[in-house]
Amino acid sequence: MSDSDIVKDFLVESYENLDRLDRDLVGLEKNPQDKDALAGVFRTIHTIKGTCGFLGFNKLEKVAHVGENLLTRLRDGQLILDPEITTALLGMVDAVRQMLKEIDATGQDGDVDYPELRETLTRLQTSAPAKAAVAAPAVAPESPTPPAAAAATVTVTVKETPAAVAAPPPDESAASSRSKAEGTARKPSRGKIGGLLVERGVVQPADIVRALEEQERGDRRRLGEILVSLGLAKSEDVLAAQHILEAKPRDTAALETIRVGVNLLDKLMTLVGELVLARNQLLQFANTSEDGGLQAISQRMNLIATELQEEVMKTRMQPIGNIWGQFPRTVRDVALGCHKEVAIEMEGKETELDKTIIEAIKDPLTHLVRNSVDHGIELPEDRVKVGKNRTGRLILRAFHEGGQVIIEISDDGAGLNRERIRNKAIERGIATAEQTARMAEREIFNMIFLPGFSTAEKVTNVSGRGVGMDVVKTNVERIGGTVDVQSTAGRGSTVRVKIPLTLAIIPALVVTCGGDRYAIPQVSLLELVRLEAEQLTTGIEMVHGAPVHRLRGHLLPLVYLSRELRLPETGRQTDIVNIVVLQADDRQFGLVVDEINDTEEIVVKPLRKQLKTVKTFAGSSIMGDGKVALILDVLGLAQRASVVSESRERLVNEKVAEAAGTADDKQTFLLFTGLGDSRMAIPLSTLSRLEEFPVRQVEMSGRQWVTQYRGQILPLVRLAVIMEERRARLRSLQAPPEPDTGPLQVLVLNHEGRSFGLVVERIIDIVEAAADVRSKATRDAVLYTVVIGERVTELLDIPAILRKAELLDAPPVFAAARAAEAGN
Amino acid sequence: MEKSLQFCTFYLDKLLFGVELKSVQEVIRSLDVTQVPLAPAVVSGLINLRGQIVTAVDLRRRLELDPRPADVPAMNIVVRSDDGAVSLLVDEIGDVVEVEQDTFEVPPETLRGAVREVITGVHKLNGRLMLVLDTGKACQMTEDPVVAAR
Repeated sequence: MSDSDIVKDFLVESYENLDRLDRDLVGLEKNPQDKDALAGVFRTIHTIKGTCGFLGFNKLEKVAHVGENLLTRLRDGQLILDPEITTALLGMVDAVRQMLKEIDATGQDGDVDYPELRETLTRLQTSAPAKAAVAAPAVAPESPTPPAAAAATVTVTVKETPAAVAAPPPDESAASSRSKAEGTARKPSRGKIGGLLVERGVVQPADIVRALEEQERGDRRRLGEILVSLGLAKSEDVLAAQHILEAKPRDTAALETIRVGVNLLDKLMTLVGELVLARNQLLQFANTSEDGGLQAISQRMNLIATELQEEVMKTRMQPIGNIWGQFPRTVRDVALGCHKEVAIEMEGKETELDKTIIEAIKDPLTHLVRNSVDHGIELPEDRVKVGKNRTGRLILRAFHEGGQVIIEISDDGAGLNRERIRNKAIERGIATAEQTARMAEREIFNMIFLPGFSTAEKVTNVSGRGVGMDVVKTNVERIGGTVDVQSTAGRGSTVRVKIPLTLAIIPALVVTCGGDRYAIPQVSLLELVRLEAEQLTTGIEMVHGAPVHRLRGHLLPLVYLSRELRLPETGRQTDIVNIVVLQADDRQFGLVVDEINDTEEIVVKPLRKQLKTVKTFAGSSIMGDGKVALILDVLGLAQRASVVSESRERLVNEKVAEAAGTADDKQTFLLFTGLGDSRMAIPLSTLSRLEEFPVRQVEMSGRQWVTQYRGQILPLVRLAVIMEERRARLRSLQAPPEPDTGPLQVLVLNHEGRSFGLVVERIIDIVEAAADVRSKATRDAVLYTVVIGERVTELLDIPAILRKAELLDAPPVFAAARAAEAGN
Repeated sequence: MEKSLQFCTFYLDKLLFGVELKSVQEVIRSLDVTQVPLAPAVVSGLINLRGQIVTAVDLRRRLELDPRPADVPAMNIVVRSDDGAVSLLVDEIGDVVEVEQDTFEVPPETLRGAVREVITGVHKLNGRLMLVLDTGKACQMTEDPVVAAR
């Protein structure tokens, strides 16, 4: 083992230990008498300190050392843990974590040696013991008496299911509740040490019984101490047994687990996937065979492969508790920061999820938790005013439902303010007053997930960290999940996150189109509709060229998969139309496919870099016959087919408003023709100048047409080429230009500080008009179709043109023509 | 010894190309290719290589050569790239040749078009020239996917 291996092992182990420290310290704060937990914390810090010294990380060792000193005094009972000490110790954990990161990145423990932190830790060692006595009852769990230190005190209770921590009944006095807490803390070790001593032949069972009777009579000493004082056991035997007890859990834990690289697991997954495919082929073959022996073997193989697949899947599963573990700490810090009292409760910690999903939801969940504490739960005084308990409750709940995992984050705070959300949405231009008036309460609440929304009246330390609710939504949706918020005014809110169990294997509907198979993730699937015979003529109607189907009285826009994917026409006339009804965002649409095959569990494989840009596909998978099928990205497909969601439509609205001022006012437009006789327009405000350039002034820069303009290089974009269909576009690029081409009509535009020239066919006029009669664009690079001067005019989408222009190839022939012209 | 390099050679429209042997994972016969609609034209599709899904790049299209005649089945040269394995579709596989560094020359100035981007140079073999293909560049897509222009 090389040095770097040792350091790596040290880092991995220390990270895990630190995560546990966060939990243990917060737990200790609630129950400062828990000697076992304290000993565990001490051991962890001690190990880190020792290893640091050995590996030569002196600064890290220094910090750990002062922490250890403070912990020694706590362990020996000279000090009792209070919020101040906890904060300092947590600060030390953070410092250690920071230094470990530094070591990870650079191999050195950094330049900072945290003098202030060390000073605080040293000062706390010598603080008055009297304080400790006061602090103890104040931090007793769920104590009915208001904490002495008022707003600054935070009570964080971690309630675990099924092993709930016993809390003292509220009617007991502080003193007896303290003794009770001690008693519960001792219980496990009492039972264990007695058994162990008997096992080792040091004492007789009867002696233990005697000592236990002593304890019941009110002797508060530990069992071992009683045994020694009664002369039934030697103190060194008891100490030895104590030692074994402390060491034991660590040893067994080490034997039961083994660290395996994730890439190895991934490889195993791939191979198991292949095995399953081979099994499928074998089964097909065996079914056609008469050989009974072969059939029996293939059946056995089938069972084993299925089980193997399940087990390998499990290796990637992790309990959600792994990421929840840090939340008590998060809640504590946030609550302390905003002077609130919050108790966090967790249910369903053991719910398992795929590792990749666990990682993906960590940040969104953390944000939701912080948000609940910061914005959801009220200040203690306000809570008391409305008759609630001072301490707010934050409940995390995870459970399985219908092959998905549901995570709920609930608080019993003030709830969402419907009016405030509505006003904010209108103020931010996210929705109009009319729109919000029509919205259901749930829709209003869910607007908090839209980009550019934040109801926080003041930016606190917690909010404004760059992760808004819209990012939460985006991140959850990225892994195929949904997020939804429900709220009752004055009673609290619940955010419900629904996510798939795993990304690796998903149920999907397999369809055929243009001779190839495509998989549609089941999560987006609503229903299947089949049109036959006379339904064919009546079932599909046209709304101004857009096909729709009446599904139970509602119009369902239809999208033809073969057209969207530009598949070659198969030319086969079918008497059946298969419609797959899909949900994309908040919209439904019907996807028309050639054939519907079956639903299958498919193994998802990501697309390579070369194909990442194709937004219509979410990935690929290998079918039972070994061929590759593409997985459709329903949202991407819907966007492509312009089945856009409201929010996106709103965004477009915003863009129009940005480009053209408010829609109600009259605006000035520049009218021109792009290609043929079609009228197009841009708001005059976006135009810098109108220019004419002779063809010979056009030069080539790489693949881009450019011209020299006012001492700058101006890229030229030909509108005629942009608006053409791809095939025609390529043809027109290859065709040589007219020999006597007139000067180019160029609109010099400025988009976000970038100038470019748009080559149009003819400039018509500048008009003032109201662009309120609009309809949806019929092609790319067009924002809206508007009526200007009683004629239909397309309003161009300048950013879209720029985007398209970047993929244009300039024709080499043009350069030659230019050379010829220059020679003339 | 250090100066000699091994190349896996192949033919495209009668031109001889070579890729460094150490970047080649394997050479296989024609496999079933699944088309990827809307993808860049040079992407021929996806193939299943023992459970691994690999993108197949049509080198003829990449180098702007004429399309492969229908009666010539494509061969796959699977090469390792930064982004996993990529299969290069070629006409025919040639020998493995060992060349010395001193037969190498940079491509002539007159070499133009797409070929120039993906050729690092030329090795002068006995009676033939072998164009050295830069596999990394060959797998890079210069053309963006087709955007709908309805």
